Amino acid sequence: MSPHVEVRKTYKLYIGGKFPRSESGRSYAVHAAPSRAGRPGSFLANAAAGSRKDARDAVVAARGAFPTWAGATAYNRGQVLYRVAEVMQGRAAQFADEVAAAEGLTPARARATVEAAIDRWVWYAGWSDKLAQILGGLNPVAGPYFDISAPEPTGVVAVLAPQRSSLLGLVSVVAPVVVSGNTAVVVASQDRPLPAVTLTECLATSDVPGGVVNVITGRTAEIAPWLASHRDVNAIDLAGAAGADGVVWGDLEGAAAENLKRVLRPAGNGAEAVEPDWTATPDLSRMTAFLETKTVWHPKGR
Amino acid sequence: MTVLDTAVDPAAGSTEDPAARARDLLGVSRLTDTSLTRWLHALPGVDQVGAEARAASLGTRSIKTTSKAWAIDLAISMIDLTTLEGADTPGKVRGLATRALTPDPADLTTPSPAAVCVYGDMVPFAREVLGHSGVRIAAVATAFPSGRASMPVKLADTRDAVAAGADEIDMVIDRGAFLAGHYRQVFDEIAAVKAACRRPDGTSARLKVIMETGELVTYDNVRRASWLSMLAGGDFIKTSTGKISPAATLPVTLIMLEAVRDWREVTGQQLGVKPAGGIRTSKDAIKFLVAVNEVAGPEWLDNHWFRFGASSLLNDLILQRQRLAIGAYSGSDYVPDDAPSLY
Repeated sequence: MSPHVEVRKTYKLYIGGKFPRSESGRSYAVHAAPSRAGRPGSFLANAAAGSRKDARDAVVAARGAFPTWAGATAYNRGQVLYRVAEVMQGRAAQFADEVAAAEGLTPARARATVEAAIDRWVWYAGWSDKLAQILGGLNPVAGPYFDISAPEPTGVVAVLAPQRSSLLGLVSVVAPVVVSGNTAVVVASQDRPLPAVTLTECLATSDVPGGVVNVITGRTAEIAPWLASHRDVNAIDLAGAAGADGVVWGDLEGAAAENLKRVLRPAGNGAEAVEPDWTATPDLSRMTAFLETKTVWHPKGR
Repeated sequence: MTVLDTAVDPAAGSTEDPAARARDLLGVSRLTDTSLTRWLHALPGVDQVGAEARAASLGTRSIKTTSKAWAIDLAISMIDLTTLEGADTPGKVRGLATRALTPDPADLTTPSPAAVCVYGDMVPFAREVLGHSGVRIAAVATAFPSGRASMPVKLADTRDAVAAGADEIDMVIDRGAFLAGHYRQVFDEIAAVKAACRRPDGTSARLKVIMETGELVTYDNVRRASWLSMLAGGDFIKTSTGKISPAATLPVTLIMLEAVRDWREVTGQQLGVKPAGGIRTSKDAIKFLVAVNEVAGPEWLDNHWFRFGASSLLNDLILQRQRLAIGAYSGSDYVPDDAPSLY
């Protein structure tokens, strides 16, 4: 028998539940993190270099998926997201290899990071049917009305995924967006996109409807301004603007103001923006940033 | 089979008698199913693979920047803004007509569509809003969409719409008769409807002949139906009702564009083409414009000779127009929602 020739994967985008190549036809080389001694990392793969038109297509897909996803019951969304965690668990070894290569971690540290990422996903999934109790309520008003407030998803959210934490950081920004019923267009870490691509394969093989999460790989500085100015995007998470080449997050926030997008700024000020410590247990802020409040007045009678 | 003796309204006058012209063209003394069959079936067959490959290659042309801006405005000006639902209300028709007058309230330089296309009984409501604005009113007639009614009913339907003030009539051919080979019957019906388009003052509503290509099965049939419709006096040949899928595909439109081009070679008369149904995006519309230019020629790049039968296309073209104007992608919040109201 002839010796096995390794089949190298061609990495693609994830838009509307499908895996298209970039409309631009471009790709770029992804390398492992440099070694401790400073030697440049080995070549890992070619990833698709997404363009503004890919981002546009992703927004169309996300907009199309929004009514169904937002309209699903909270319980159902939670079940779907738990299922994603199950699939991620099955791919834990692959994730660990990719995280180790991307972030230059030891195998043990990488495994721990993947476990933390899966735990994080489950943690957020659990919130799906609990948000309304915590954030909604019956308001005392000066009149004969029941006055009820409930959280509603904002809509299509553009997410700049963290540049350094390729899986735990990614999960920590994507899960809080979709758990409440938003749909997401995610720009993966520019230099460390492979765990994000594997996450898309988990999403595609779980029960998440196509278009709920869309992932574009490529240069953050090229894609982000188009998402920030896009008028069919309702909110943008700028976590991945910290440490991204050629990205000034203030400019993105300025562009986002055009249609009054909700903006979640990166941690730190100006050029000092940094990635937060993703290992810390999160609070609700990443979920509440992408929620609206619907208030209903209902006459109570006597 | 029945051949209608009253194929041509005697009042229409003999100078424009389509039957006489057809006899001349065919070189026969009597227009019969046999002579029409001999003529139509002598048309060269359509190379299906070739037509589809040509359509696909025309679809790959890249139209950018100023050309794109020009194409978008041209495409908007070619739309027959359409609502043909059982649930059409006077309010919906008025809304559509208002939309035609001001397609984008945020940018008054946006051109108006060529016409609004409605059922015949809705013409007065459209006229109320459109007045003499230059946006025309097209009415579907002749038992649209199936065409299954007796001839007097179809003619009454047409006269009704013309009397109500329709500028253009969109008729459907009897596909059953066409497929059964009763070409003379189809010819006579078109000629009779054309005569019914005449107004008391001697002018005439323009007649668009819907062939419903999705029901004609083969490209050869599309070509034959196109020639038959032109021979019988249609001013426009139109692909579809929009009620049948597939509707206006690019290969079918290509074949029809070839037909009007060749018809002008033969008779010197220029006729229009209207693809309708299934054209929803700016990208699609621009592909059709490329085909018009390449196949028929630039003389057809005008809303007198080429139309899109569409409803949601207008919004997509306006989104693209806004994108070029503001330099950022626009969204559905910035165009009117055409979806039927839930209330």
